[in-house]
Amino acid sequence: MIVKLLSGDMPRSKLLSAILLAILICLAFAPFIFPGVRSLDTAARICVFILLVASYDLMLGYGGIVSFAHTMFFGMGAYGVALACTYMERGFGALIVGAGAGALLAAVVAFLIGLFSLRVRAIFFAMITLAVASAVAVLVSQLSGLTGGEDGLNYKIPRELTPAFKFGSEFLGVKLNGKLLNYYVVFFGAFLLFLLLLRIVNSPFGRVLQAIRENDFRAEAVGYRVINYRTAATCISAAVAALAGALYAIWLRYVGPDTALSFEIMVDILLMVVIGGMGTMYGAVIGAVLFVVAQNYLQELMSVASAAVEGIPLLPDLLSADRWLLWLGLLFVLSVYFFPSGVVGRLRQGK
Amino acid sequence: MSRVILQTHDLTVRFGGHVAVDHVSCAFRTGELTAIVGPNGAGKTTYFNLISGQIPSSEGRVELNGRDITRASVSDRCARGIGRAFQLTNLFPDLSVLENVRLVIQSKAKMGFSLFSMADSHRDVTDRAKAVLEKVKLFDLRDQVVSALSHGNQRKLEVAMLIALDPAVYMFDEPTAGMSVDEAPVVLDLIAELKAEKDRTILLVEHKMDVIRTLADRIIVLHNGMLAADGDPVTVMASDVVQEAYMGKELEDV
Repeated sequence: MIVKLLSGDMPRSKLLSAILLAILICLAFAPFIFPGVRSLDTAARICVFILLVASYDLMLGYGGIVSFAHTMFFGMGAYGVALACTYMERGFGALIVGAGAGALLAAVVAFLIGLFSLRVRAIFFAMITLAVASAVAVLVSQLSGLTGGEDGLNYKIPRELTPAFKFGSEFLGVKLNGKLLNYYVVFFGAFLLFLLLLRIVNSPFGRVLQAIRENDFRAEAVGYRVINYRTAATCISAAVAALAGALYAIWLRYVGPDTALSFEIMVDILLMVVIGGMGTMYGAVIGAVLFVVAQNYLQELMSVASAAVEGIPLLPDLLSADRWLLWLGLLFVLSVYFFPSGVVGRLRQGK
Repeated sequence: MSRVILQTHDLTVRFGGHVAVDHVSCAFRTGELTAIVGPNGAGKTTYFNLISGQIPSSEGRVELNGRDITRASVSDRCARGIGRAFQLTNLFPDLSVLENVRLVIQSKAKMGFSLFSMADSHRDVTDRAKAVLEKVKLFDLRDQVVSALSHGNQRKLEVAMLIALDPAVYMFDEPTAGMSVDEAPVVLDLIAELKAEKDRTILLVEHKMDVIRTLADRIIVLHNGMLAADGDPVTVMASDVVQEAYMGKELEDV
């Protein structure tokens, strides 16, 4: 049963299994284990990013395709939901239409980019995605009448998913309101789509992608039309990224260029894939958890540390909370240096 | 009954001013093992590349079963029955031995776009891959990563992948290149076995003359990209072209 659910792709390391199980339990019961508003927000963000990074891994780690447009696809899903909620009647219909339209648009755009540029060398595809992503980001911020420009959009999601909706008093000290339901929409949405991705990478199609990554020349010679497989992988990856964006938009009830389209997110995704381990799927889980937690809590940890070493010259300055990006950067350099195949790769080989 | 399956008409390719393959017209019949010989740089591998589609021709046509496939893509030609093993080992290095062969069988079964089934759940595909590995005596190494294999075993896997594909036309490009004296016969025996099993069409580029003498039904000689001789082994080997252009060169090489 579990084997089937994981598509036969077992973690293949006791420590890794334990870590993944712990993460799953923490996320599944996050509202009860970490009841704070901020920690729940972090948990939801982790769910969304696991899915987003996993979809990127399908393309990069399995297909060997480098794309810089992944945030754009993510943004298409997020803006899809935002626009549908803004211009349609409030309700679940708007969410479904928005997410569906976003995913469809993402897949179509991915198809067009793929068709024109995957034929040629990989670097060309990477450059085209970069150009298209920048153009879309500019377009979104310029079309302020429709998209709210730099300010983004605030919109109403179905009342059942907001804190105002109460369906009971308390359970284990947690208020039973729409926010809780909203979290579980995000959690289960991300969980199911992740399992779907895991199935795809372990399907015959996934094996062909790996073969193409290894040796596209030979893959063609044994009868696989490489361009078709690469394009399909790009489309699936884009559609799932858009759905991750849709979940994010449902959670945040706000969409803006900084949260859904900025190039910084693209860099974050790349780092998460590399830290977790490319071509493993589980790497997306580890990478996203490490990264999002570090992003949210490193700053605080540092101000505590800075206060602790007060009086010693230089150290408090170095540990000042404003320097958190420096330390985050250092962490990445070290992790890439010591785990070139990512955390998952390291755990799988290290016995 | 033997019939023409593959045919090239005035097949030509130019790289800049250099004519690598020069108006080669040749027909290959079913059940025939044709050896293609010629000195280094004679255009043997390029001729192969033109037939299997890795490089486009400048002029001329390639026909398979009477159909023009000159403009068809590599994967399309493969699907139509042209299978190729490469001179330089050309595998999926980070995948297992079994997976390499499985991918070929999966391609033939046209399952590449099966997205939601588990690859390992397709028992028939895996079993067939295992059977091929048994045949080439790589079964015990099936779970090894290809890059960890010895050169000789990689060559064997290269042949195994072609056997797994079981194409209408087998193309072997120096299947024993770089293999040790004791390993090479294993691969050659496999080819002999393929030929004996049923009437397969086999094209073989090979340098070892003793091998060709025993295996080939027919020899064609390429020289400077042109078809210099064509006929049964005894006649071709005795001809002046081969004696001068090829055997002379071979002796120097040795």
